[in-house]
Amino acid sequence: MSNESTKKTVLVTLGVCFVCSILVSTAAVTLRGIQRRNQEQEKLKNILIAGDLISGSEKLESEKIEKIYQGHIKAIIVDLRNGNILPDSLYTDQLNPDSYDIKSAVKDPDLSRDIEENDIAQIGRMPVYIVVYQVIESGEIQKIILPIFGKGLWSTMYGFIALSQNLKTVTGFTIYEHGETPGLGGEVDNPQWKKLWIGKQAFDDNRAVRIEVIKGKTDPADPETIYRVDGLSGSTLTTRGVDQMVKFWLGDQGYGPFLRQL
Amino acid sequence: MIEHYLSLFVKSIFIENMALAFFLGMCTFLAVSKRVETAVGLGIAVAVVQFITVPVNNLIYHHVLKEGALAWAGLKDVDLTFLGLITYIGVIAAMVQILEMTLDKFVPKLYNALGIFLPLITVNCAILGGSLFMVERNYNFGESMAYGLGSGVGFALAVIALSGIREKMRYSNVPKGLRGLGITFITVGLMAIAFMLFSGIQL
Amino acid sequence: MKKYKSILINPIFNENPIAFQILGICSALAVTSKLETSIVMSLAVIFVLSLSNWAVSLIREHIPGSVRIIVEMTIIASLVIIADQIIKAFAYDVSKQLSVYVGLIITNCIIMGRAEAYALKNPPLQSFLDGIGNGLGYTLILIVVGSVRELLGSGKLLGYTILPVQTEGGWYVPNGLFLLPPSAFFLIGLIIWAIRTWKPEQIEES
Repeated sequence: MSNESTKKTVLVTLGVCFVCSILVSTAAVTLRGIQRRNQEQEKLKNILIAGDLISGSEKLESEKIEKIYQGHIKAIIVDLRNGNILPDSLYTDQLNPDSYDIKSAVKDPDLSRDIEENDIAQIGRMPVYIVVYQVIESGEIQKIILPIFGKGLWSTMYGFIALSQNLKTVTGFTIYEHGETPGLGGEVDNPQWKKLWIGKQAFDDNRAVRIEVIKGKTDPADPETIYRVDGLSGSTLTTRGVDQMVKFWLGDQGYGPFLRQL
Repeated sequence: MIEHYLSLFVKSIFIENMALAFFLGMCTFLAVSKRVETAVGLGIAVAVVQFITVPVNNLIYHHVLKEGALAWAGLKDVDLTFLGLITYIGVIAAMVQILEMTLDKFVPKLYNALGIFLPLITVNCAILGGSLFMVERNYNFGESMAYGLGSGVGFALAVIALSGIREKMRYSNVPKGLRGLGITFITVGLMAIAFMLFSGIQL
Repeated sequence: MKKYKSILINPIFNENPIAFQILGICSALAVTSKLETSIVMSLAVIFVLSLSNWAVSLIREHIPGSVRIIVEMTIIASLVIIADQIIKAFAYDVSKQLSVYVGLIITNCIIMGRAEAYALKNPPLQSFLDGIGNGLGYTLILIVVGSVRELLGSGKLLGYTILPVQTEGGWYVPNGLFLLPPSAFFLIGLIIWAIRTWKPEQIEES
């Protein structure tokens, strides 16, 4: 049978496809469990880092992470249209803090809506309901952790920003998922850079959003520095993406109404 | 309205130049830039492939692969985005095959000059990158056309510029070890830094 | 035996994929700002390159000319997806940084280039070794460039501080240029100069 005959061509292509698909699906299916656990862990870890309950450099086993989470975090659902907290009684199978996932929510037409104007984070659609995490210590809400996401250079970045009790000071900032350039924009995942956010003021006394990520380094002598975070060198577009993302979510289209109510 | 497409077009040529800002398509970029003539040929080939594949992949993404895209076939819940990479490459491979046959028939001189780097356009990261960016940024069909043409032209611009410089450098006194590939790398590094000046511009 | 050794060693200095064959450049620029990402990328490329060379060589007598490239692509793409799944499962932290670029291994010209230039014409064992050899050549360049860029760009190697950086109380002012991709161009240019001074047979006479 000549190599160029139609029969052989079809045979070879089908054969190669068959073998490859078996190998790929086997790998994907057997490893999916581990990967999903990794992702879950990563998310919990980042919530705890944003809430300043664990440090980024510690390596903790999953049980320990879950214990700290159960002991200190309460997840609630916020209606982003008016800032109201959804009462427990209205939780459904689709809409509750345990099963909530931002990405699925944005794809679900019932749980999300298009952003009409001022889409500075370039995300197109946003969830109507979103999970917010309260850090509870000694019975009081010490900090509030807000999920944020927005467009970077190559990808959509997902992270958390945490505010202190006065709802003005940033107590934590993490980005747990992104596809930015390794070593450049990818440094948004670098603990050293994330630390720069701690202590910055997100709002001024009139509750206007003031926090921003600038190009280059901040000047310690400038009083406005309290609102500014150093940019990442070599990754202007990723940095800009972070800046816009934070401004969007802290503003009136994002958590603005919710924070005003607290 | 047309301003939006125009700005997208111009942006993809200079500010987001595939070769000099995103460093995609380097292999063909470096290998086929020895002479201006071949560089022009490669540039046009890449621009044509890009201009066709990005919109075609856009159609496929929106009507077949995206989650919910197969609603017209009654399969609302199917999400085939994981097939994205292999589908786009398939489209690109087919396009390059067609281009190869066209060139062989109508412009054999260019076909021979490009040699092995013509089929390597299939794996040119700039072409695949164009389609991947289009998906990531959720462009519509019109934007895909503007972006496809723009990014292709940008790549062509970069490779022709480099070939012009390399031709001139043949008459310079480059140290033996650096001749050819070595000095080309350093030149491209300098060109890349020059193009960084565009990165702060917002159109 | 000697033949196998030369297949393995040749692509490291004599016919280095990046410094001589002009293949695999894009990733060499993008992932070398840190040594850690360079190492993981190198391991992934060695994995995919050796196995794809072996697989293509195995069926080389039976691939029809009209679907040659597509068959090669299918094999390469499958291997990359498997490598990506493995990295996501067992090295999750690094996978977050490498995400886009692991996918781009599919378009890494080294893999397609060696499949066309070697695997299609040689037996499986040799092709497998050729894959490893070229992978090692690629690794060499990546590690050198990655080390220099991370060290001079941020004072660290693999995340450990070697040159204490000024912003953390040290004396070293990091050279920002090395964090940017163009620096990889300069470094590779210099490496090529070094290799060709050592092995003048590679010098191009125009």
